[in-house]
Amino acid sequence: MSAPFRTHQGGRPDRARTLRFTFDGRTYDGHPGDTLASALLAHGVHLTGRSFKYHRPRGILSAGPEEPNALVELDAGPGRREPNSRATMVPLRDGLLARSQNRWPSLAWDAGALTGAAAALLPAGFYYKTFMGPGRAWEKLYEPLIRRMAGLGRAPAEADPDRYAQRYAHCDVLVVGAGPAGLAAALAAARGGARVILCDEQMEMGGSLLSQPGTRIAGLPGWEWLEVALAELRALKVRLLPRTTAFSYGLQNMVSLAELPERAEGPRERLWMVRAARVVLATGAIERPLPFSGNDRPGVMLADAARVYALRYGVLAGHRAAVLAAHDSGYEAAFALQAAGMEIAAILDPRAAPPADLLAEATGRGIRVLAGQGVARSLGGRRVTGLISTGGERIGCDLLLMAGGWTPSVHLFSQARGALRWDAARDAYLPDTAPEAVLCAGACQGSYGLGACLAEGHAAGGGHGAAPGAQPGREPSGMPTAQAVAGAAKAPMAFVDFQNDVQAKDIALAVREGFRSIEHVKRYTTNGMATDQGKTSNMVGLAIAAATLGQEIPAVGLTRYRHPVTPTGFGGLAGRHRGDLFEPIRRAPLHGWAEAEGALFEPVAQWRRARAFPRAGEDLHAAVLRECRAVRQAAGIFDASTLGKIEVVGPDAAEFLERLYVNPWKKLAPGRCRYGIMLREDGFVTDDGVVGRMAADRFHVTTTTGGAARVLHMMEDYLQTEFPELRVWLTSTTEQWAVIALQGPKARTILEPFVEGLDISAASFPHMSVAACRVMGIPARLFRVSFTGELGFEVNVAPDQAPALWRALMRAGAPHGLTPYGTEAMHVLRAEKGYIIVSQETDGTVTPDDAGLSWAVGKAKRDFVGKRSLARPEMRRRDRPQLVGLLPRGTVPQEGAQILASPGARMAEGHVTSAYWSPALDRPIALGLLAGGRERMGQTVYATVMGGAPIAMEVTDPVFLDKAGERVNA
Amino acid sequence: MSMRRFSLLSLAREALRGHSGWQPQWRSPPSPAAAYDAVIVGGGGHGLATAYYLAREHGMRRIAVLEKGWIGGGNTGRNTTIIRSNYLFPESAALYDHALKLWEGLSRELNYNVMFSPRGVLMSAHSVHDIQSFQRHIHANRLAGVDNEWLTPEQCKAFCPPLDISPHARYPVLGGALQRRGGTARHDAVAWGYARAASALGVDIIQNCEVTGIRREGPGGAVSALETTKGLVRTARVGVVAAGSTSLVMAMAGLRMPLESYPLQALVSEPVKPVFPCVVMSNTVHAYISQSDKGELVIGAGTDQYTSYSQAGSIQILTHTLDAITEMFPMFRRMRMLRAWGGIVDVTPDRSPIIGLTPVPGLFVNCGWGTGGFKATPGSGHVFAATIAKGEPHPIAAPFNLARFETGRMIDEAAAAAVAH
Ligand SMILES: Cc1cc2nc3c(=O)[nH]c(=O)nc-3n(C[C@H](O)[C@H](O)[C@H](O)COP(=O)(O)OP(=O)(O)OC[C@H]3O[C@@H](n4cnc5c(N)ncnc54)[C@H](O)[C@@H]3O)c2cc1C
Repeated sequence: MSAPFRTHQGGRPDRARTLRFTFDGRTYDGHPGDTLASALLAHGVHLTGRSFKYHRPRGILSAGPEEPNALVELDAGPGRREPNSRATMVPLRDGLLARSQNRWPSLAWDAGALTGAAAALLPAGFYYKTFMGPGRAWEKLYEPLIRRMAGLGRAPAEADPDRYAQRYAHCDVLVVGAGPAGLAAALAAARGGARVILCDEQMEMGGSLLSQPGTRIAGLPGWEWLEVALAELRALKVRLLPRTTAFSYGLQNMVSLAELPERAEGPRERLWMVRAARVVLATGAIERPLPFSGNDRPGVMLADAARVYALRYGVLAGHRAAVLAAHDSGYEAAFALQAAGMEIAAILDPRAAPPADLLAEATGRGIRVLAGQGVARSLGGRRVTGLISTGGERIGCDLLLMAGGWTPSVHLFSQARGALRWDAARDAYLPDTAPEAVLCAGACQGSYGLGACLAEGHAAGGGHGAAPGAQPGREPSGMPTAQAVAGAAKAPMAFVDFQNDVQAKDIALAVREGFRSIEHVKRYTTNGMATDQGKTSNMVGLAIAAATLGQEIPAVGLTRYRHPVTPTGFGGLAGRHRGDLFEPIRRAPLHGWAEAEGALFEPVAQWRRARAFPRAGEDLHAAVLRECRAVRQAAGIFDASTLGKIEVVGPDAAEFLERLYVNPWKKLAPGRCRYGIMLREDGFVTDDGVVGRMAADRFHVTTTTGGAARVLHMMEDYLQTEFPELRVWLTSTTEQWAVIALQGPKARTILEPFVEGLDISAASFPHMSVAACRVMGIPARLFRVSFTGELGFEVNVAPDQAPALWRALMRAGAPHGLTPYGTEAMHVLRAEKGYIIVSQETDGTVTPDDAGLSWAVGKAKRDFVGKRSLARPEMRRRDRPQLVGLLPRGTVPQEGAQILASPGARMAEGHVTSAYWSPALDRPIALGLLAGGRERMGQTVYATVMGGAPIAMEVTDPVFLDKAGERVNA
Repeated sequence: MSMRRFSLLSLAREALRGHSGWQPQWRSPPSPAAAYDAVIVGGGGHGLATAYYLAREHGMRRIAVLEKGWIGGGNTGRNTTIIRSNYLFPESAALYDHALKLWEGLSRELNYNVMFSPRGVLMSAHSVHDIQSFQRHIHANRLAGVDNEWLTPEQCKAFCPPLDISPHARYPVLGGALQRRGGTARHDAVAWGYARAASALGVDIIQNCEVTGIRREGPGGAVSALETTKGLVRTARVGVVAAGSTSLVMAMAGLRMPLESYPLQALVSEPVKPVFPCVVMSNTVHAYISQSDKGELVIGAGTDQYTSYSQAGSIQILTHTLDAITEMFPMFRRMRMLRAWGGIVDVTPDRSPIIGLTPVPGLFVNCGWGTGGFKATPGSGHVFAATIAKGEPHPIAAPFNLARFETGRMIDEAAAAAVAH
């Protein structure tokens, strides 16, 4: 296959190797080192996409990340479809499959282009002015239509199978951008012994050097110097990250980089979070397009991009180019392209008096310069065929180049909270001062000459002595953009934001309609909000707004630079945090056993807990009834390992708990436990759990499963900020103790033979005791506690020992009817006893008194967290929702059902917090919070039923079973 | 002052003359007058709506909105625009449903298409606890006349096809609560639409005018004037609607507010063709997502853990959000983040707003909307305007008084459901 626009020689691509790729069903070839864009241009393909609003045909505008037009869909198989990829940044590879987007039925013939015909009706913000009716026409008719027209590519339809990675890194100097300035900075820093990371978004390091083969640095041809420099950097152990975009600059020099590694077998994307002592930004500059009618026609391109395609890629973007040069760089492009074999039809320079040296050189090269003239409009259809100059002359060409001056890439500097200052001479915002340790070098601060770039980079890298030398370039100049855009607002189809189809006149309209702030202009017109982030449109838009307002650019302001600098993949940002690693599932030490038993699991906080152990033929309900009965009649065994545990140690441990919990602790004797309640500052219950005093200065605190981390945070917070004087140390021990609960009348009989060094008889180890001992020879902390209302023990042992102990207990308990039970039975059993579950009976609006737990509050205590709040008048009202028992007639109400005073009432008086079929009572029972509930015993209230008649319930005491506590004390 | 009506016809007429006839959508006097009957501090949606209803329903004419930057540039223009009213407590449901009813006719009321789009807000349940909590909401909402319904996982999938309801997911979807009347709106249009309508009723909207001091008639006295970067403005009634900056403004009157300000972030993806038909919120997985009319996936992230006035939140908050989004919607892993930003949200101890009187006569405050006040914009402005005009709380606003933090009559929605937006 021949690539008709490939030069005979030159450029970086490796012509010895050929890669095949497909675009819109046609197969083309290219070479390693090409981008998709350069390879398409080599075949004369400019038309690559359709615009957002008017579906206008669009070609390749740029050669870099600023590309607004050439967005394609890449398809690498199922789950690997990727919309909106910039063809200018896609490294070519063999078998690459790309498609154009936002067109139907085809790129060449797109029905959506009909909107172009109605363009007059669709100026900026038209949708705010219409489609308001009739009736629900907006949401039923117009909005769906607009949504279908909008959007660019298609979202992937299947789960992405690829891997993504993340890394943290530290360095002394992070250099962003590997053009001459960045290379010089990295060299200087690395030579000085600094640990350096150098990243660049391009597939090859070198930046602008890649398109300057002829230049000379330190006596070497540019490309040779580049090789030498890279070799030295490698030798100095500098981490070189090509294909890596620094996209976000956070506080304290935390810079995030997105790497697209080349190797196929590695992760597809890697997110680097780099903390750098110093950052050097050498991010270059981006050329500005110019607004004129039809400046969006395929074949209209940035001048420097055409130069890059010719010199870096060996591709001529056309045969005959006209150059609109509002800036000197347009001449350089024209000269370079001519030298590469392109015919230059003319240079149109809107300046009345272009620089004499350039005029002379153009004349010398036989290039016609039309001074004081611009482009009135481009000619052609889906490809440019010529132009009409503002002087009315018609010039034929197949490539129309725009050189509108340069916009330094200050995004990252701005994100580093750096202040920008307007530089009238360079017609640009430049970095000024920043609070972070950041320096700029080269074109990103408006220094365009190679010598200056090298010198600034060298200095920013902390280099001593002379910088790598280069010829001093001439100081370029141009027509200020504010002047160059004059009249554009009157021209039809003169685009500023190509992708979003924002025309110059849209910006003028916005200003006319009172949108004076540049942020308003941006939002009203959507200028700069496309996937190119306004890289080519912001400054031009700003210039037009300023011109319309009759103000200078700096008076109009600047829109904020937000991260990311270029769109960054979700996959890389999420990294490995997917599936099992999204939030790793926490599994208790006995999880495997439960799994083997065929347990049903439920997600509880980060854990999976066994909900029930159904036997063959049993459903959940049947299993729960059986498990409950076993506990009440014989004994049950339960994995309580997920309970949060915190070891609170130190001479002031009791004092600390005294302040954190509502309960009194000082008099709790070692060897005893207490049920603790913790409030937030606002007086509402936030957590509960049994606390055992192991020694005078040591407490074993338990929390709810979901509350473990929160409680530890809260404790640390208070310890470090409110009570720093207390000598207390907190350690999370949740995963250091597995907890096996044995509950039921036979619990002691089963456990006793295993216990060494402790008499666990009722007399010497009563309810709410704790002791260290050995169980089956394993060091243990044994609690006599109960969450079922039965005689119960909780054995805490090291997790790796737990399965053996569990099995042994199961074996020993089998003759006694020992039965494993899950969380659902546990819920039922505790509800029968009226024990609350924090976050089920409580919801952050419940005081201890509301929950019937006043008895736990240390009345004599001077203070504890939340005490002051409990004294507020509202907290003492007698009609507050209070915990009650409910005896529903007939059916179990839904948890969350509202409680009504009468079946037809419209105001709820509370809600059902828990509701079960109680095997012990053989009837439905419920707990609820009911306004003034404790004074309403015996009343009938009603639970709402979705789409049904309310259920009558009798209000009763929340303790349904064994009020005297005989069983628990047995 | 008359307002030129927007319509397809007016668009067509203007099209014929190159749209040269459009006037500024609102008057923007360069500086405030010397005195006003009422001054609203803060040109966000809530402040502009307040000014509009003051003029429209309470006949006040000399009203100014003072905005330190550009209108709508605060949280109004930074939020993910989720609108719903299925809050748990009757006080909240009344407030948010009042707002939702106003949303339903707002475009026509303002003659400005705010693109209110009731596509349905689906809150997914991932644990037994979620189920209990959501069903409690549904029971409560139905009683209060607010629509909210329970969906099975399969029904969730049918309503929102991209949802992964596999039981093997890390947090499997066990069902969901759907409010069909909920949805989204175009945030900027809300600010602009209210500004335009208020301006037409004579309200002065002064931008780049920061309030720097509150003058009172002697110590303990009533409000008499505001000091601003554009001079002194005399007024006896001031409504402070300054969101994340409220504590700072109220401190000018010597009041300490029960507020903490945090950065809250959001992000959008590159635009794609319609893939996401509704709003999904998952509190367990921390994922909040919808798709804008432009095609961007709009994704709400969390607040930073520490208080701050810096609108740049931490990157970790964003990466964690995308963990959650790509976990629930694995096909979005190859999408790209286009823009991310933060806003400063003002959070009260009970996560409900404060609307009403203050200990300073003539000084009113509307704040504490935290992470979820956009949805309330019309209702908030409506009841706050009545409160300012009458000098006593509108019945819907009454429970949201400032004094509740002293009396303890909290309205703790967050505790009840851990709901963010
Ligand atoms: C990322 C993010 C996502 C969100 N998502 C949602 C969502 O999905 N749904 C939802 O309902 N809510 C959401 N919210 C919350 C919502 O944005 C806010 O609650 C709501 O917009 C607040 O509106 P406002 O008018 O009170 O505040 P703002 O729009 O912030 O207005 C306050 C104004 O006061 C001005 N001001 C401050 N100080 C002064 C001064 N001294 N002088 C003059 N002017 C001053 C500010 O400049 C600002 O313009 C979100 C918020 C954020 C940040």
